[in-house]
Amino acid sequence: MPRIGVFVCQCGNNIAATVDTKKVAEEMGKLPGVVYTCDYKFMCSSPGQEMLKQAIKENKLDGLIVSACSPHMHEKTFRKAAEAAGLNPYQCEITNIREQCSWVHHDKTKAAGTVKSIDLTRMTIQRLKKNQPLNKIKIPVKKKAVVIGGGIAGIQAALDIAEGGREVILVEKEPSIGGNMARLSETFPTMDCSQCILTPKMVEAELNERITLYTYSEVEKVDGYIGNFTVTVRRKAKYVDEERCTGCGECIEKCPFKVESAFELGLSKRKVIYTPFPQSVPNVPVIDAPNCTKIQKDKCGACAIVCGPKCIDFKMEDKLETVEAGAIVVATGYQNMPNERFGEYGYGRIKDVISGMQFERLASSSGPTGGEIRRPSDGKVPQSVVFIQCVGSRDEKKGVSYCSKICCMYTAKHTKLYSHKVHGGQSYVFYMDIRSGGKRYEEFVRGAIEHDGAMYLRGRVSRVYEKDGKIMVQGADTLSGSQVEIEADMVVLATAVVSRDGADTLAQRLGIGYDKYKFYNEYHPKLKPVETVTAGIYLAGTCMGPMDIPESVAQGSAAASKVLALFSADEMAREPITSVVNRTTCNACWDCLTACPYTAIEREAIKDRQGNVVRWVAKVNDGVCQGCGVCVAACRSKSIDLKGYTDEQVFAAINAF
Amino acid sequence: MKIRLGNEDIQSASVRRLERITGEDVKRCYQCGNCSGGCPVSYAMEIPPTKVMRFLQLGNIEEVQNANSMWLCVGCLQCYSRCPQGVSVAAILEGMRQETLRKGESRTEVKEVPFPFLKKAPQQAIVCGFRKFVG
Ligand SMILES: Cc1cc2nc3c(=O)[nH]c(=O)nc-3n(C[C@H](O)[C@H](O)[C@H](O)COP(=O)(O)OP(=O)(O)OC[C@H]3O[C@@H](n4cnc5c(N)ncnc54)[C@H](O)[C@@H]3O)c2cc1C
Ligand code: SF4
Ligand code: SF4
Ligand code: SF4
Ligand code: SF4
Repeated sequence: MPRIGVFVCQCGNNIAATVDTKKVAEEMGKLPGVVYTCDYKFMCSSPGQEMLKQAIKENKLDGLIVSACSPHMHEKTFRKAAEAAGLNPYQCEITNIREQCSWVHHDKTKAAGTVKSIDLTRMTIQRLKKNQPLNKIKIPVKKKAVVIGGGIAGIQAALDIAEGGREVILVEKEPSIGGNMARLSETFPTMDCSQCILTPKMVEAELNERITLYTYSEVEKVDGYIGNFTVTVRRKAKYVDEERCTGCGECIEKCPFKVESAFELGLSKRKVIYTPFPQSVPNVPVIDAPNCTKIQKDKCGACAIVCGPKCIDFKMEDKLETVEAGAIVVATGYQNMPNERFGEYGYGRIKDVISGMQFERLASSSGPTGGEIRRPSDGKVPQSVVFIQCVGSRDEKKGVSYCSKICCMYTAKHTKLYSHKVHGGQSYVFYMDIRSGGKRYEEFVRGAIEHDGAMYLRGRVSRVYEKDGKIMVQGADTLSGSQVEIEADMVVLATAVVSRDGADTLAQRLGIGYDKYKFYNEYHPKLKPVETVTAGIYLAGTCMGPMDIPESVAQGSAAASKVLALFSADEMAREPITSVVNRTTCNACWDCLTACPYTAIEREAIKDRQGNVVRWVAKVNDGVCQGCGVCVAACRSKSIDLKGYTDEQVFAAINAF
Repeated sequence: MKIRLGNEDIQSASVRRLERITGEDVKRCYQCGNCSGGCPVSYAMEIPPTKVMRFLQLGNIEEVQNANSMWLCVGCLQCYSRCPQGVSVAAILEGMRQETLRKGESRTEVKEVPFPFLKKAPQQAIVCGFRKFVG
């Protein structure tokens, strides 16, 4: 006969107001196997927990029920207390009589709430009788991290993990780390030069002995689970030996062919052998194979002739490398909505309609104009510039419904840069709302208006067209209630921040979730902002949604601290709520294998003594299984059971109702 | 209304002059509407205080000159006391009145003020008004 104890919590008045807790305890005491019952004001308080421990010892309980709040709140607390009193913690079960019971009843006579609490607790008691003691799963942890994406968020995460004493592989798909921040001129709200604050971090990442940079590389495959990932990285052929290259740049100098520079967003050209920008890290050029005549047609080869250390190899091939890692940080960033989407604003038709990021390049001292604001069509300094905010953002019909969050701020920055660089020039900004939440942000925008003279007009632009060599911008100023027409020399579009092309493919490889805009989902938007549903994979920066540099950096550090916490022990313990396969009845139909959303099910060979495979059965990998139970429902031969939620337990509870 | 906006409007000489006379900076106004909300006569103004500021920001001083607002303003300073940005619409309107009166263009006559309005207007408004009309 089991010896079960039932502890009914009053939760102050949260439960006791509509549930007669004393009566619940009394009724439960009448059930077979229940040897101890009580009710108490706050079971979770220290005296409450003491009482529970004492009752376990004095009454030699072998199982207990706490009828209280949701198990999300205090299941851990009570299981710990039970363990401290010598019980297997999984012999402690919670009945939720608050969220699903007392809170939904208003009935002052307490009848309905009490009856329901009695029913629920009785069901849990019957379920508990079928419980098996369970033990936490111990998983060894490999103490190396992979960070995917070398923008500011990824760099910060890598630096912090290395600082914490652990090794990091930083995988970046471009030839240099730095991401979008490398393109920016100066940064709000302090107006420090982006390169000046970014390059020291890039160099630090390169020199740190615990960080290995895999640039020009992409993650191709991810296997395994928390503490034990195997990441396959494709290291694309650079055609330049990274080890021997001194970064002298002779090859770039001599290359006779030029193509449009993606880094400069089409504003200038680069050579076919190139580094994206002068401060690239690593400072090793790569050959853009599709455009190289030597690789394509075996003509030229000029770079190889001038290269002193002879490190150019036109026959180089992609390499696949596998990395064993305990944790992964995803920091793959964002891109801007392609300008081509904005024909209504003249993009494509009118040469001097550019994007905000292109304006950053014009304003950058390392950009195509050396930092002078000159328009693309004829190189003239524009005397009037119209900035249009919310281009593609907050536009459910043609763009995205969300606010891109940074464009109000960078547009204000652009008007400042413009007024500092072009004296007498006038900027106009069409906006819907000005969103400048953040430390010193509102003051920054007011400064652009009051000190730098930007003319803000509240309204969207409806037409942009060319007339007599001028760009006519037609919009509204809802504050004065007028239709406005401006003759502009240049138009700058604050295009929406969107997820990267291919963000969904990477998410599927990693087994993490994403929203309808393909931004990655955090585990919990408030309380677990850098975790994902897949244990051991963390997020940082704009791959999650629009944010600015301070936020991306904070998230990089947050993800790093999660990784370091995981690496602080040699083994990690996790809840044993995983499923098990009954090998005798499994008929290898593999329904569970296709059903499992976490790819936790493997094929296991059963061999005879001679080592010949006699049959195959499914096997659950405890490290990966998240205990969702999908396989249990999928299995036609009823060969899978979920520990802690076995069919036997669930039926016992139902039968008790 | 349709306006063509150019650099010369934003940098309008007449608005700069008005700013010099009054010591106000029209760019400071962020169009919150508090002045219009508190002004005792804004309901009767053709252009209420907030919009006065907007037109000046857009360099459109004529629009304000042609409206009755500066003549209806009673100089009570409600707008100034309420403005979170410390702007005095009262000072702006006073400045515009002075400019107009000095040019001898005080077109507003007592008899032009609608009688029902005069009956409803607070005493202070009438006292203030007479001061203005004498110019
Ligand atoms: C016009 C403009 C102006 C801005 N001005 C400012 C400003 O003044 N101040 C401010 O605080 N913020 C500003 N921002 C925002 C700022 O750019 C971002 O907050 C910041 O760059 C985000 O960094 P990140 O690391 O999250 O992403 P990113 O910079 O996008 O970095 C992501 C990196 O991951 C790499 N990557 C992507 N996919 C893969 C993959 N599959 N495998 C490997 N690598 C991959 C990319 O190549 C890139 O290097 C501005 C943004 C814009 C558009
Ligand atoms: S940050 Fe400003 S410009 Fe950008 S989408 Fe939001 S409201 Fe529009
Ligand atoms: S319980 Fe869920 S995660 Fe675990 S093996 Fe079954 S389907 Fe996969
Ligand atoms: S001073 Fe003039 S504009 Fe200001 S609140 Fe009084 S009446 Fe209105
Ligand atoms: S109260 Fe001040 S800031 Fe607000 S609308 Fe009036 S003048 Fe402008």
